[in-house]
Amino acid sequence: MSEHAVEAHSGGHDAGHARKVAMWVFLGSECLFFGTLIATFLLYRGRTGDGPAASDVFDIPFTSVSSFILLMSSLTMVLAHHAASRRDRRTMRIWLIATALLGTVFLAGQVFEFTEFVEHGLTVTTSPFASSFYLLTGLHGAHVAVGVLMLLVTAFMSFGGRYRDDEGMNVEIVGLYWHFVDIVWIVIFTVVYLLQV
Amino acid sequence: MTASHTHPRPRDYWMIGGLLAVITAAEVAVTYLDFLDGVLAPLLLTMAVVKFALVVGWYMHLRFDRPIYRNLFLLGAFAAPLLLGAVLFTFGVLIG
Repeated sequence: MSEHAVEAHSGGHDAGHARKVAMWVFLGSECLFFGTLIATFLLYRGRTGDGPAASDVFDIPFTSVSSFILLMSSLTMVLAHHAASRRDRRTMRIWLIATALLGTVFLAGQVFEFTEFVEHGLTVTTSPFASSFYLLTGLHGAHVAVGVLMLLVTAFMSFGGRYRDDEGMNVEIVGLYWHFVDIVWIVIFTVVYLLQV
Repeated sequence: MTASHTHPRPRDYWMIGGLLAVITAAEVAVTYLDFLDGVLAPLLLTMAVVKFALVVGWYMHLRFDRPIYRNLFLLGAFAAPLLLGAVLFTFGVLIG
């Protein structure tokens, strides 16, 4: 990646800076939240009782596609942010909606996956492994759902009127949250799925 | 207060996206290679760390933004594995 491939961009003002600091503090605390959930899963991963184990139910190719979709939603999100920084509302809106759509596809995949697991006898009460798995992935899914809502609200708010100064900051804040949801999944996909089969 | 920082161009974002896709494909591929069993876990964790760093550094702009944001995030990002280790160590003795 060439260092010459960067362009100057002026940052925000005090209010924007304060909002970004708040978001980064929040994301730092979320690291601890998901760290605890992942630790809980690792503790209980071998305690399957009479229920199925991870290798019996996990469909790695399917989850890989889901992971790829969520990764690409980070790309569309950063393109939305780039468009917002150029005050290009139309392009920003397109990428925001594309990101929301990719997030929705990921969520649909998770619902389908959970349904398959239940049909294979892995319910939330089957075993400590199942409980910790559904708790971790379910809470991540809830974070994705919140992110999709934030994206749609941000896109909706960009309709009508003139470009407001805080619009770019709104997109950036939502983007930070969305990328965080993505990096958490990067860890979950490796630790919970790939290393358990 | 106005800060001046740099941002990558869309072309760079697409390149990072391509790189992330390739690493994800490699992650899945190595899980099917039996001869890598001994080094599979460190290999997968390394690839996950690289993907994590790419998203945080480029897409979240930590490479280009104010150091305070990076420091705040790293505080949580470094504390999380410590917490994870402490939980595993403490309860692993009781459960495992």
